[in-house]
Amino acid sequence: MRATAPTFDYYTPKTVTEVLNLIGKLRPVSIIAGGTDFVPAVRLKGFRPKHVVSLVNLRKELSYVTFKDGTVRIGALTKIRDAQRSEHLRKKATCLHEALSQIGSVQIRNMATIGGNLCNASPAADSAPPLLVLDASVEVIRKGGRRTIPLEDFFVGPGKTALRKGELLREITFRPEAGTASSFQKLGRTRGEDISTATAAVLLKTDGSKISHARIALGSVAPTPIRAHKAEKELVGKAASESVLDSVASKASEEASPISDVRATADYRRSAVKALVMRGLAEALESARGDA
Amino acid sequence: MHDMNVRMRINGESVTLDVPPNEVLLDTLRTRLGLTGTKDVCRTGDCCACTVLLDGRAVNSCLMFTAEANGSDILTIEGLTQNEKLHPLQEAFVEEDATHCGYCTPGMIMSAYALLQENPNPTRKDVEEALAGNLCRCGTYYSAVNAVLKASQKLKQNLRSSSLAFRKSEQVDSCSLSFQLHHSWRSIPVD
Repeated sequence: MRATAPTFDYYTPKTVTEVLNLIGKLRPVSIIAGGTDFVPAVRLKGFRPKHVVSLVNLRKELSYVTFKDGTVRIGALTKIRDAQRSEHLRKKATCLHEALSQIGSVQIRNMATIGGNLCNASPAADSAPPLLVLDASVEVIRKGGRRTIPLEDFFVGPGKTALRKGELLREITFRPEAGTASSFQKLGRTRGEDISTATAAVLLKTDGSKISHARIALGSVAPTPIRAHKAEKELVGKAASESVLDSVASKASEEASPISDVRATADYRRSAVKALVMRGLAEALESARGDA
Repeated sequence: MHDMNVRMRINGESVTLDVPPNEVLLDTLRTRLGLTGTKDVCRTGDCCACTVLLDGRAVNSCLMFTAEANGSDILTIEGLTQNEKLHPLQEAFVEEDATHCGYCTPGMIMSAYALLQENPNPTRKDVEEALAGNLCRCGTYYSAVNAVLKASQKLKQNLRSSSLAFRKSEQVDSCSLSFQLHHSWRSIPVD
């Protein structure tokens, strides 16, 4: 057996109430969902949790993708692979379906959860840019209370979320808008199974030849996944010519604040953003025309 | 810190163990249980050499605390061989020369097994997706995909030849039938 990491107290509460009681009481406390980031952090990266609360017994209760009254609801413990296979997401949230299909390997997708992907708050979380353009919110519960946080306010920094002590992400919701088309573009070193070097999600709606509505989000190119608000403004109300798309994509790349790391340099990422946004816009426009 | 009492079904046998909460399933399998067919390579979820089936799904055993697998049904490469007879997937890997150094092979076969359980008629693209996480430094990818496609044919033939015996039984999904023939224990619940 390889060097054993110092260990921790491990809890397997049976119900949501028990989880909330524990995470409200224990300090410091870490929560484990799918474990695909947590386990290597403990085993290889020197992360030393003291109390670890496992959500393993809530899997059945918090694993679902539903569509009712115009709202898509995704349980936080839904495995990426199950979400990837959801017909609701495939039909109503193309960009999210595409992103989920490209997270890790089949093995990782069978283990990792969508709630874990968000709570881990990696700037490279592939589910985040699509959920940002879908204008998703997260429902957060604590002992004796709950609140809803727009996803854009959820990411605070690398590895940091707006979750307060004792809070648990329970559900992700969004309202798919009729007539919109969306796309997700990912750049990694290899196709399939790689942490993203840069990603872009695009959602738009056309009215005749003009774009009436647009959202653009970027991943892996800022301390958190971000919306490219200036680029969105630049696009709305315009007809989609090549020069418009070019200038929108350039704006988006200016909104990125990438770093250089093992996967790419900052300059490369900035160029990549432009290309990814261009591709995303082109794909979404094509799909919007196809649906019209 | 307390050791966790963990009950699992591994390759059809009930196993009860006390393990530290930070022990990963890969170490439990290889070191405590001597099931060294599951390979230990990257430990970061990048190579998939440690792939096992957890409740029928391919997972990285290096990314899972054993305690999280409590109550689960686990299948490793050792569980595929029945009475010294290779599983059709293993046969196909031999026939297609899909093994070079062999270190990635158990992981590849377990990924393929999970695929064929879900989808007995995979396309080449389906197989490529299922094996996408399994890295092979020898470059056996092309022959591995061929082997999986060949095995899917073999399993269908096995099913046809054994279907006489089952003709009058109730409607059984063709895929689950072929796997039930190999693994009758799979229908046994853990508890």
